[in-house]
Amino acid sequence: MTKYWISSETSVEINDAPDVNAVHFNVDDKNIMVSAGQTIYEALQRMPGIGEIPALCYNPAIRPYGACRLCTVEVSEDRGKSFRFVASCLYPAKEGQIVKTNTEKIRKLRKGIIELLLARCPDVRVIQELAKEYGVEKPRFSLGGHDCILCGLCVRACQEIIGKSAISLVNRGIYKEVAAPFYAYELGEECIGCGDCSYVCPTGAIIMGSNGKPVLPRVKIPYAEVGAMTSKEKLSTSQK
Amino acid sequence: MVEQVRKLLDRKLKNALQLEQLRQTILNDKDSSRVTVSVCGGTGCRASGAQAVVDAFYEEIEKQELQVKIEFKETGCHGFCERGPVVVIGPEKIFYQHVKPEDVPEIIAQTVINGEIIRRLLYKHPATDEEITYESDLPFYKRQMRLILGTNGEIDPTDITQYIAAGGYSALSKAVLRMSPEKIINEITRSGLRGRGGGGFSTGRKWQSCRVAEGDIKYVLCNADEGDPGAYPDRSILEGNPHSVIEGMIIGAYAIGSNQGYIYVRNEYPLAVEHARIAIDQATDYGLLGENILGSGFDFKVTINKGGGAFVCGESSALIASLEGKVGEPKAKYVHMSEKGLWDRPSLLNNVKTWANIPLIINKGADWYTKIGTDGSKGTMIFSLVGKINNSGLVEVPMGITLREMIYEIGGGIPGGKKFKAIQTGGPSGGCIPEQYLDTPVDFDELKKLGSMMGSGGMIVMDEDNCMVDIARYFIDFLKGESCGKCTPCREGLSKLSEILNRITHGEGRPEDLETMQDIGEILDIGALCALGRTATNPVLSTIKYFKDEYIAHIRDKKCPAGVCRKLIEFSIDPEKCTGCGVCARACSTKAISGVKREPHVINQGMCIKCGACFDSCKFNAVIKR
Ligand SMILES: Cc1cc2nc3c(=O)[nH]c(=O)nc-3n(C[C@H](O)[C@H](O)[C@H](O)COP(=O)(O)O)c2cc1C
Ligand code: SF4
Ligand code: FES
Repeated sequence: MTKYWISSETSVEINDAPDVNAVHFNVDDKNIMVSAGQTIYEALQRMPGIGEIPALCYNPAIRPYGACRLCTVEVSEDRGKSFRFVASCLYPAKEGQIVKTNTEKIRKLRKGIIELLLARCPDVRVIQELAKEYGVEKPRFSLGGHDCILCGLCVRACQEIIGKSAISLVNRGIYKEVAAPFYAYELGEECIGCGDCSYVCPTGAIIMGSNGKPVLPRVKIPYAEVGAMTSKEKLSTSQK
Repeated sequence: MVEQVRKLLDRKLKNALQLEQLRQTILNDKDSSRVTVSVCGGTGCRASGAQAVVDAFYEEIEKQELQVKIEFKETGCHGFCERGPVVVIGPEKIFYQHVKPEDVPEIIAQTVINGEIIRRLLYKHPATDEEITYESDLPFYKRQMRLILGTNGEIDPTDITQYIAAGGYSALSKAVLRMSPEKIINEITRSGLRGRGGGGFSTGRKWQSCRVAEGDIKYVLCNADEGDPGAYPDRSILEGNPHSVIEGMIIGAYAIGSNQGYIYVRNEYPLAVEHARIAIDQATDYGLLGENILGSGFDFKVTINKGGGAFVCGESSALIASLEGKVGEPKAKYVHMSEKGLWDRPSLLNNVKTWANIPLIINKGADWYTKIGTDGSKGTMIFSLVGKINNSGLVEVPMGITLREMIYEIGGGIPGGKKFKAIQTGGPSGGCIPEQYLDTPVDFDELKKLGSMMGSGGMIVMDEDNCMVDIARYFIDFLKGESCGKCTPCREGLSKLSEILNRITHGEGRPEDLETMQDIGEILDIGALCALGRTATNPVLSTIKYFKDEYIAHIRDKKCPAGVCRKLIEFSIDPEKCTGCGVCARACSTKAISGVKREPHVINQGMCIKCGACFDSCKFNAVIKR
């Protein structure tokens, strides 16, 4: 008999019968059992109070993407001898692994990511709340004026759920942004005005306009100005 | 003749014997009394005018009807690109540098026909001024071990018979006809070969996991994206000896059970694409690619794919996305590509250099191969040695050679008697290694210990005139521009690092900057999605570690000790040394310098834009840079 936790307070004792449809592993010193075929993050969604993992680019209805990196955890597959850092929204829950969701290193990493995000989007509520939770006061960097964190949820929702691809992520690095085909900011024919992008956006960066189509967030420097993305002197949007 | 024989037979090579017979025919056909003249037609030499030299040779040979006397060929890169166009006259390999079309009639009349040396075209030792006649005596080549690159200078890459004459495709014949896949993989594993594309993963183990992966369709991929600025070993191999790569790929495919290969080559490499394409066509003609290779029953095809044009496209998961026609962005690799790679099929990706090593190992055996190199790194590595170095170019060295030997023996030291400062290995995300570690052997693990890496073959030498803060800024700016922007740590972190470094080099550094940069370094190291982000901070962290003084000088004293960061330097004129010749005043584009003839001049600091023209123009060293 082994004790398995199903929430931070409740546990059950289960006979150790082999079960191919189940995965048994350990999270923050608690043994848990979940059905196979899930990622660590998904599995823990159904285990209130076990593990503590923030996530910004995850939505249960959309395939995970692994971009914000907030959900990073430490995982060991050799009984705790060595740990590595993985994005829990993508990493499969595996038999016998040990997961640590809240070590000092992880907290430092999350704090750092939040500091970077807060510098990018100082006015976004979700980020401000995360910053408070992780003790980030004022970023040590210059501040930008974005609302979009480039989690890609809007783009993925439009493609995966609606089947339209009316918007996509274009350009790269700090110049990445959400745009309509041919790098337009106005949505055209392809957009059916369902509003799903606006609905899944974690920061409220996409709002529906009066024409029934979303108004896309804009990176504040026009593409033409930065040329072919070579980085020269003209810095990021956040340099004011 | 060879062509005729083959046409006469009018069939593909059907077995090992036919391949050997063909090789013998080609060799017998070769008239050893002919003098070989090879002109380097690599991209480097083409840039310095090799095409005109080639044309001049053709014209002259035709005019004098010397076809029977001279075996002329345009080969791939010889490595010493800086001296191009390079002409080598065999069998003794007389080495002529910077050859111009005008020199050609003289080379033919004197050297080819009369065996006389034209001294003006010889290499002169920079220190002793001694003239060196033969390629093998050049200090640049002496310490090298050109197992892979050597063939480049000997064959015309667009003629498969020359590759075959040089022993080509014998490894293929041995592998597919006389070895089992397991035996091949075992041999590669035992050889200790590690991936030459950057990661340094055991090639044999990678092949093994791909072999055992489930699936009837598997792919073999060659990574020829080579996005490192200034590094070009992969291009040179693909241009100069494409068959060696293809032969390696066929053997790999046979070992893992794949029938389809792709070469993903950087779009900016038209000559490499062309030569690879010709090589594939010819190999197919000869029955070395396609169906029933050499009668073994094994089929394999190779297709060329032109790259998406970003540095990150060389990263394995981004490369696969790009091959599939998607945006070249990395994905998490929690399921390994040897199980689910291209189109979710088991895929085997290796670098160009890795592939080119395979025929060598199969031919000569793992025991021979393991004798070269160090415990953890076997064989040779090809670097492009560039920067503040006398002999720059492509060098192939046995693993374990020290950085000092590379710089001072092969590279011939630092030009202009300047002092060495640092060497960056491993491309843009490599670290900068200082003087005190120059006796470190070239080895995957040793370089990593120093905060740098082997990477894909970049090696940049820096001297006292380089500002290490500015170097870090340069590479971070490059990587910031190349970050795909998918994950937060890399996109935002690099942009903030760049912001801080730019501030420091502009004299606006703050005391807390070093700690902030180290914090960002940690975030990238553990938090970034792919290796671009995970290694991107090497240039910053290594320079903070080894050249902290320079950072402090910039931040606290607002000085750039190397005199590079313009905002932090000031030019002035030493009245003791100034003769009042007025050269500097004429050189100054903003007219910031004034003075009476034959009297000491002065610089108006308000008008000076710190371009350094006065500093460079003064013959009396009277201009002071501080
Ligand atoms: C940003 C980035 C760029 C890369 N570029 C290249 C490249 O240009 N060529 C290459 O062979 N490998 C490159 N790699 C390494 C590949 O991901 C992969 O490890 C390699 O091609 C595997 O082949 P190997 O085992 O023969 O080294 C790159 C990796 C990263 C993270
Ligand atoms: S580390 Fe950089 S290049 Fe790699 S996925 Fe993240 S943003 Fe893209
Ligand atoms: S939720 Fe996993 S990376 Fe964003």
